[in-house]
Amino acid sequence: MPEPVISATALTKLYGQVAAVDGIDFEVAPGESFGLLGPNGAGKSTTMRMVGAVSTRTSGELAILGLDPDHHGPDIRSQLGVVPQQDNLDQDLRVRDNLLVYGRYFGLPRSLVAERADALLAFAQLADRAKSKVDDLSGGMKRRLTIARALINEPRILLLDEPTTGLDPQARHILWDRLFRLKEQGTTLVLTTHYMDEAEQLCDRIVVIDKGRIMAEGSPAQLIREHSSREVLEVRFGSDRNARVAEQIVGLGERIEVLPDRLLIYSANGEAELVALTERGLHPITSLVRRSSLEDVFLRLTGRSLIE
Amino acid sequence: MTAADTADRVDREDARRALAAGAAPRRWGSWYVAEHRLLAMKGYVGEAVFQSFGNPLIYLFALGVGLASLVPQGVAGVSYLEFVAPALMATAAMTIAANETTYPVLMGFKWNPTFFGMNASPLTGGQIVNGIMIAILVRMLVTVTIYFGVILAFGAVPSVWGALAIGAAVLTGMAIGLVLSSYTSTIQDDRGQMAMIQRFGIMPLFLFSGTFFPLEQLPVYLQPIGWISPLWHGAELGRVATYGLEEPLWLTVTHGGYLTGIVLVGLWATRRHFVRRLNR
Repeated sequence: MPEPVISATALTKLYGQVAAVDGIDFEVAPGESFGLLGPNGAGKSTTMRMVGAVSTRTSGELAILGLDPDHHGPDIRSQLGVVPQQDNLDQDLRVRDNLLVYGRYFGLPRSLVAERADALLAFAQLADRAKSKVDDLSGGMKRRLTIARALINEPRILLLDEPTTGLDPQARHILWDRLFRLKEQGTTLVLTTHYMDEAEQLCDRIVVIDKGRIMAEGSPAQLIREHSSREVLEVRFGSDRNARVAEQIVGLGERIEVLPDRLLIYSANGEAELVALTERGLHPITSLVRRSSLEDVFLRLTGRSLIE
Repeated sequence: MTAADTADRVDREDARRALAAGAAPRRWGSWYVAEHRLLAMKGYVGEAVFQSFGNPLIYLFALGVGLASLVPQGVAGVSYLEFVAPALMATAAMTIAANETTYPVLMGFKWNPTFFGMNASPLTGGQIVNGIMIAILVRMLVTVTIYFGVILAFGAVPSVWGALAIGAAVLTGMAIGLVLSSYTSTIQDDRGQMAMIQRFGIMPLFLFSGTFFPLEQLPVYLQPIGWISPLWHGAELGRVATYGLEEPLWLTVTHGGYLTGIVLVGLWATRRHFVRRLNR
């Protein structure tokens, strides 16, 4: 097995008395696409900053490409591409110039940076916007430019913090497509997200993280298999009746979750549960049978939903 | 190799590659930042050039031709224009410093957080500060040199050592800029602090630092403003250069030492605040 590019043991970050990251262990193999899934405030971004060698850990071990970020920050960062949650492109510079100055930060020769900038603009589908002002780009374009910028040094590891938050569905799909291509080319991806569909689309392996701790780890399919049923029946009886109905359907399915707006009945066969429900004389306003998702895994593990 | 390296796996191919790639940014990082900042300044190069030529012309006409007619006897043995010119050069440097180290610093942390982008690359917080300051220094040097040329054309530089006033002005600007940046780099939200700096910091310095009249003209209780003001020290240093202002050598050394000291302390504090804010 190849040596991991990232390895963390009992990694901890305290802010005052509060543990933002509370003793987590994980490894990322070269070429792997690894996701940190959790709600806002779970400690994902703090973990990303420590992996990005810009935040000093309080305790535990952390090695990036075999190096300790406490002593080799610049060396490690020379091998990383970072796509932050908040865009930080230089709005005073034009699109292509943003790539040029960033490439220089890595000590790359101007001619090489220029060559890569043009290739990356094409990759990010921004070739025709090379001379535009950054402010004139749409949100999705800015994200793509940020990703292009992160690739200017041909990084070993690409870190993406909430890469598609705030984008419309079409822009998200374009971005996913670009990231998928990178994955196919063998770039190691580490991303945080609170979107289950994003994690399912992009990640080979996921850790579910909540309150600074790892709750579960595995591939999306594995996590769903281990922590949820195959299907879910969602029924709505109206917000004032849901809790009361829940008492009447005890025993249906493998497990029942009561959310403020709906009931979730976990089962291998959702249709059968719906039939059983109506046989008890209950008629939901709406019903939906769907496959289990990582959202259900998260709900199971933490008792809370991802987006609150 | 330090003891700390023992935990690292430098035998790995990818670790070796990282160490090799990190070498150039470790060495030249400050210059890469300066390059970036100067490129960004190109966006307002027209404005900057106009300021560089326009301001001295306006000031020198108003003061040297207008106000000087009220003081035909000159000041301290030289014409009023000769007296005021070196102080105006230092003021020009101060103005640039105040512009470049207030909003642009908060901008880089908050509104357009480019400093975080730089910090995610191999660059360090200290290098980011160095680079910003180098770029400001270059801009100041260009402006002050143009200013000096205009003053020269007005015939207000009797001494052959006059060009040293450029250095005095730039040193003044850097001292003020670094004091400001050490403060502005700690501001989380702009609640009018920047406007306060202009009104209650820069403006009084401009008026009470012996810029338009010798500091001794002020009542004794106001003179300490001048003593702590980098602008007064810089203006006096410039006067020594342009017309050989007579003062004891220890005082000239004090002017230079005071400004250099502020530059060093300001740089240290600014770097510290940047590193702390970028690497939470």
